[in-house]
Amino acid sequence: MFLTISTTGTPERPATDLGYLLHKHPDNAQAFSTSYGKAHVLYPEADAERCTAALLLEVDAVALVRRGKGKGRGGAPDAALAQYVNDRPYAASSLLAVALSAVFSSAMRGVCAAKPELPSQTRPLRIEVPALPARGGADLVRGLFEPLGWAVRAEPVPLDTEFEEWGDSRYVSLVLESRTLTVAEALRHLYVLLPVLDDAKHYWVSSDEVDKLLRAGEGWLAEHPQQKLITSRYLSRRWSLTRQAMERLELVRLAEADDSEVEEIDNAVEPEAETEERPTPLAVLRREAIVTALTQSGAARVLDLGCGQGQLVQALLKDPRFTEIVGVDVSMRALTIASRRLKLDRMGERQSSRVRLYQSSLAYTDARLQGYDAAVLSEVIEHLDLPRLPALEYAVFGAARPRTVLVTTPNVEYNVRWESLPAGHVRHGDHRFEWTREEFRGWAAAVAERHHYTVEFVPVGLDDPEVGPPTQMAVFTLSGANEKEAKAA
Amino acid sequence: MTETQVSTQRRGGRVLPVTDLSLVVLIGASGSGKSTFARRVFKPTEIISSDFCRGLVSDDENDQSATRDAFDVLHYIAGKRLAAGRRTVVDATSVQPDARRQLIELAKQYDVLPIAIVLDVPEEVCAERNAARTDRADMPRRVIQRHTRELRRSLRHLEREGFRKVHVLRGVEDIENASVVTEKRYNDLTHLTGPFDIIGDIHGCAAELERLLGKLGYADGVHPQGRQAVFVGDLVDRGPDSPGVLRRVMAMVRSGNALCVPGNHENKYGRHLRGRKVQHTHGLAETIEQMESESEEFRAEVREFIDGLVSHYVLDGGRLVVCHAGLPEKYHGRTSGRVRSHALYGDTTGETDEFGLPVRYPWAEDYRGRAAVVYGHTPVPEATWLNNTICLDTGAVFGGKLTALRWPERELVDVPAEQVWYEPTKPLRSEAPGGHDGRPLDLADVHGRRVVETRYDGHNRVSIREENAAAALEVMSRFAVDPRLLPYLPPTMAPTATSHVEGYLEHPAEAFAQYAQDGVARVVCEEKHMGSRAVALVCRDAETARKRFGVDGPTGSLYTRTGRPFFDDEGVTEEILGRIRTAVEEAGLWAELDTDWLLLDAELMPWSLKASGLLRSQYAAVGAASGAVFPGALSALEGAAARGVDVGDLLARQRERASDAAAFTQAYRRYCWTTDGLDGVRLAPFQILAVQGRSLAGLPHDEQLSLLDRLVEHDNTGLLRTTRRLYVDTADPESVAAGVDWWLEMTGRGGEGMVVKPLGAVVRSGSTRSGDAGSGGGEGRLVQPGIKCRGREYLRIIYGPEYTRPDNLTRLRGRFLNHKRSLAIREYVLGLEALARLAEGEPLWRVHEAVFGVLALESEPVDPRL
Repeated sequence: MFLTISTTGTPERPATDLGYLLHKHPDNAQAFSTSYGKAHVLYPEADAERCTAALLLEVDAVALVRRGKGKGRGGAPDAALAQYVNDRPYAASSLLAVALSAVFSSAMRGVCAAKPELPSQTRPLRIEVPALPARGGADLVRGLFEPLGWAVRAEPVPLDTEFEEWGDSRYVSLVLESRTLTVAEALRHLYVLLPVLDDAKHYWVSSDEVDKLLRAGEGWLAEHPQQKLITSRYLSRRWSLTRQAMERLELVRLAEADDSEVEEIDNAVEPEAETEERPTPLAVLRREAIVTALTQSGAARVLDLGCGQGQLVQALLKDPRFTEIVGVDVSMRALTIASRRLKLDRMGERQSSRVRLYQSSLAYTDARLQGYDAAVLSEVIEHLDLPRLPALEYAVFGAARPRTVLVTTPNVEYNVRWESLPAGHVRHGDHRFEWTREEFRGWAAAVAERHHYTVEFVPVGLDDPEVGPPTQMAVFTLSGANEKEAKAA
Repeated sequence: MTETQVSTQRRGGRVLPVTDLSLVVLIGASGSGKSTFARRVFKPTEIISSDFCRGLVSDDENDQSATRDAFDVLHYIAGKRLAAGRRTVVDATSVQPDARRQLIELAKQYDVLPIAIVLDVPEEVCAERNAARTDRADMPRRVIQRHTRELRRSLRHLEREGFRKVHVLRGVEDIENASVVTEKRYNDLTHLTGPFDIIGDIHGCAAELERLLGKLGYADGVHPQGRQAVFVGDLVDRGPDSPGVLRRVMAMVRSGNALCVPGNHENKYGRHLRGRKVQHTHGLAETIEQMESESEEFRAEVREFIDGLVSHYVLDGGRLVVCHAGLPEKYHGRTSGRVRSHALYGDTTGETDEFGLPVRYPWAEDYRGRAAVVYGHTPVPEATWLNNTICLDTGAVFGGKLTALRWPERELVDVPAEQVWYEPTKPLRSEAPGGHDGRPLDLADVHGRRVVETRYDGHNRVSIREENAAAALEVMSRFAVDPRLLPYLPPTMAPTATSHVEGYLEHPAEAFAQYAQDGVARVVCEEKHMGSRAVALVCRDAETARKRFGVDGPTGSLYTRTGRPFFDDEGVTEEILGRIRTAVEEAGLWAELDTDWLLLDAELMPWSLKASGLLRSQYAAVGAASGAVFPGALSALEGAAARGVDVGDLLARQRERASDAAAFTQAYRRYCWTTDGLDGVRLAPFQILAVQGRSLAGLPHDEQLSLLDRLVEHDNTGLLRTTRRLYVDTADPESVAAGVDWWLEMTGRGGEGMVVKPLGAVVRSGSTRSGDAGSGGGEGRLVQPGIKCRGREYLRIIYGPEYTRPDNLTRLRGRFLNHKRSLAIREYVLGLEALARLAEGEPLWRVHEAVFGVLALESEPVDPRL
């Protein structure tokens, strides 16, 4: 990984002052040991007119991976996440930022004993980072550097010139130019913004990051229009990424077994779910419709099949009518997050005795699911490949057989009303199908018939006269269940 | 069966019949001579005396305060003996009803007969004897009086208390002259070795029975080779001619040409014949009506026949148990009401299902017994072995078929029903998915910490950890193809031992050496294709897929190492399956392999087809970053050097790094080519895993490859690719050198490398013979089924662009292979087990259990670069 810092000068203010500012003599090549390899500083050109300092970090990729093996040593949490094939030796990532601060620490602080007047002077600066990983692309790069007084040229690097159809890589080739900044400021910008732009996949967490950010951000971060993004990426993402990584090691290995990316199979949890809850109005409407239907059915013991992160469980807990609420999901990670969200470990005993979360799968029958008053399948069926739907049908309607079953699923006809949704697209990347009202009703009627249920349909959300509601809900009732109840009463 | 034995008087005294497996309770006052009698007629180890147990717990055989603890010990020992199937004689006074009640409970608990032997001796004799013994001299007379009184009071009630045989010996002389003869249990026919033809539930289908007997070779109920028929019961009810069936079976039993155990339907009909009130449901009405026109004499014969039926039989040296409704091992050869009712009705949970039929506990799923259990009772579409048990009720009366099992051949023989004689309450084939040949998949088959049992010695139990099962559950549920079309997952493969040849991390010499050390003389080197592992299940047509795999529509499946479909578009999958099907057809393999489906292990190319996400985000990204960074870095170094700055060897090192990075880019590019639909897609099959009724996992690789060569030859669409191979003798240095050269040549041209496999496929260490898939020949443990030797350039994709630098190689050589090897073997065994279960037609959940195990193991933490 590599970057250069250049300046131009005049005989009065020679460019070679850069050597003083950086505390590195232009005529020497100097090497420094850092935790991840050897950093070299050298000057490809150095005269009064032009001076360029190059920072080159020789990353030891093998050591990088092996370092990650020990627990609690600040390494990557699992060997599976640490690849010998990674871009760290080439791309300007957080490792380069660390090297920058180690090699140019005085320069960053704006200290120059030999020429104390120099650090505070602005000068023409040109910074080149030929391989900068930039999550958010060239636009974000501009958005981050331009407000700081840089003229930005950010060219995307193609993935592979032999396979043009693959498009651009996540790297940009970056050139920054400014006449209004000091070297110290420039270094501090790089120190913060390189890791922010990095994909952040291989972060190494340390606890004093906040202090470091505050120090390096002094004087510019507070005013920066992207301050929130910068702070949150720099700090908070690290913890959640590490936690996330720990929570899905088994899945990572299964993805590796298949030469695929873990995101392909670990998509049960929405990426933003961890942060703040921003329920879309439709999700709220859906929960309300479900609670209403459950209340009408008189159910007290309820299964939430495919409970995800536990939003519905949370809503049901608020109503004492529901004496037992069981959240079931096939994703362990979703259950972990649900448990965290519900604060199960801190809940009072009376309250927590009403709720249970466990892993199950509707591709299998599960004796634990028998004997409940009602089961909810909210936005679940569309995540199954159609050929596997009969197994779910049997597990719920044939084997578990609750008195009431609620099924909600998107109404694909309504998709034309979503302005942000491109035509022909499903609402979620993992939706294997989306049904029209007729298709859903056909399926539901057949299921009801096969398993001796009756079924009614309830619109959820605005029932558009032309395309129907955004969500459709079927309410299944076990035939004879009502009579039995009447008798019991 | 309660009977009081009025023993016959013989010269020299009475002979008491005592069943071989029973709890014998001696009853008599202190001093009545129980111990002396017991020592004379039973083996010393059969006898447990309360005195001895008192001694055990208190060091004093007469310490009455230790009585409670002594009896705890006595019951405990007796229980252990009975559980192990050993006759036990309790030598205690047992004159009190409560003491006997506990022993009868014990006998019931272990399902053995309680037998009482009473020693009724005059009080004075007892007192005299006690007085003569120093340790009992001070026993008060009233104790003996009390014993005698209690004994007398008990005598009349012993049978009612539950003793199945009561022998009363009166007086000293009677006792001294009595002897014991050991009787076998009625159900113990271990001396009969057959051969047998065991016949499933007939239910009055007389015509089908006659045809089946004919097909089995019987002429008028007699087999020319002396075979013996065994009927599993339910001869009557529902069908058109129960009297005809009874007549045939009774005649065969009478003449010794058949054995018969009772079914619940005979049992109920028997009660009807004895005048008990029973409901005329479940087809009994038909039997009663048909029997109306029979003679009173015949009805009496039937009644006698049914009354005489024994609940189950243990046959053929204990290798075979026949009963009506299945029997767990602990009940084999046992005698109790509980065993009888279990044999007749099975283990019901007390619940009823949606059809109002009793829910039966799936006892066979837990069965691990040594004896094969052959039974009927529950109609199944096909008779299939499960844990050494098989149900022969194939619903003849419901329009299914009448099935027989030849023993010891284990061959099934059946005849179809002439018609649906009786409408079933519940469809013969369950409509539940996966239920066509058993029951739907249940979470308990896969969830949590589990042990999968296999038939491979040395690898009989494969453990799955809970967290691995949890991850597999998510992938299996959300991403895999329909489990019915997922009968196998390929195991991971260990690389060759790390090489110390300069510049190499892996080198085939190590692989050959490893097999030579394992005693594997002949190996095949197979070219490693540069693609993704793919398993293809190819059925001859949709109808075959429906009948054999229970799916409606697809003709097979094509899936990845974790069971995910290769193509989202089912049409593309069908197109590939169609091309393979045509090649199979043209090559004549359907007929030759006597199958209408086959399961292929293969490699699908290009790699970029499936791994494009990974290629872009990881491999191409590294290529792009390195490509972007080096020109600038190198020119900076060159500039500094030109200025006279001493850059040392940094410039040279960076040039090397740049060229390593370029080599890396070249390496991954070989795995990428653009495809359009199926244009450019290649499939290289390297093993036929299974066909109808057979696992081919044990077929030697040369035979495998020659079958596959023909398949490839007959494909004219360009889809199928052959696998290049070379055979090597591991003991012959020249042959080994040729193998190394072959690899060098192949990988030198950019090939991925090769896989070295024992020619005999399933091979155990210390044996050079090829094994069948059942055992693997040899006596040692299974050797690695394959060892991969990856090419030097290919490994850049795994270990990084610069792994070949000497200092990197030195560090990378410190890699640990044992876990990977163990994982590879465990997954391999599970894969073999899945194939064996599939071949034997076991139900879906059994196959799936093993397949799921492979997926779960794949999430074990192991160095992913191996």
